Amino acid sequence: MSQPQFQTSERVRVRQWEPPGHIRTPSFIRGHTGIVQQIAGQFRNPEELAYGRKDARLLTLYRVAFAHDDLWPESPPGEQHAVIVDIYENWLEPAERKS
Amino acid sequence: MSDHTHDHGDHHPPHPMQPDLEDTPLTYHQSMTLAVVELLIEKNVISADEVRAMHEVIDATSPALGAKLVARAWSDAEFKKRLLKSVNDAAAEFGVDAGPVPIRAMENTTGVHNVIVCTLCSCYPKYLLGLPPDWYKSRAYRSRVVREPRAVLAEFGTQLPGDVDLVVHDSTADFRYMVLPLRPAGTDGLGEEELAAIVTRDCMIGVTCPKAPGSE
Repeated sequence: MSQPQFQTSERVRVRQWEPPGHIRTPSFIRGHTGIVQQIAGQFRNPEELAYGRKDARLLTLYRVAFAHDDLWPESPPGEQHAVIVDIYENWLEPAERKS
Repeated sequence: MSDHTHDHGDHHPPHPMQPDLEDTPLTYHQSMTLAVVELLIEKNVISADEVRAMHEVIDATSPALGAKLVARAWSDAEFKKRLLKSVNDAAAEFGVDAGPVPIRAMENTTGVHNVIVCTLCSCYPKYLLGLPPDWYKSRAYRSRVVREPRAVLAEFGTQLPGDVDLVVHDSTADFRYMVLPLRPAGTDGLGEEELAAIVTRDCMIGVTCPKAPGSE
């Protein structure tokens, strides 16, 4: 067990990362900044479990909220919404750090 | 008019045949799945009857189970608290096994409307609500509902007031999500069974809202 690296309400950026293999972070949020809504617990890394590694490391899972305007700045007005995505800690970095 | 060798004598065109399942070739992953299942049975890891029974269990689950939970939550504030904490534990109170993956209920209010998607594939609380509809798995729904959910909901016949905040939940990880819809006006006198009858699958995905009986 490890302490969560990020706190609720903290701004985080999703890593702009294209690792090979089974990936559980959708591409539409990569490189985008969101706000930690909730620390959702610790789970074994599904990107390792997918290859049968039953002892995959435990990762903190976060629910991160992204604003429509940030994700889709070019879309017409009237579509104001939030998207909340479940993201594992290895995909996140502090919003201030350059990706 | 016809030079068909197979003439019914009534001069109607031949009835088109519905293709059998076997008429399209298996995909790579379908072949792989069948091969793995056959191997597991051959090596006595699982039995053919266990495979059949699992299919039966999955096919027997239906949105009616989720609707019961919603109707109880509308009628019992304490149950609603427990449902919002853990859908699986709340389902167990009904003797329903909601499966090994934790399910969370996202509560609609007068100011917030929730809608569920899995943009990566088709994650869905299937042990509780049954198999997802085909459109839920379509690329069109998965890609559009995160980008223009109001337009997608309008295509489902759902017009949300402009001042309602829309929240899209993408179930990419170790949780599955369902919507706890807002109880509609005009349902004050209804019992749980009548309430459950207006809670449909699509209400619990969030693409529509329950309607009081007799409205529209």
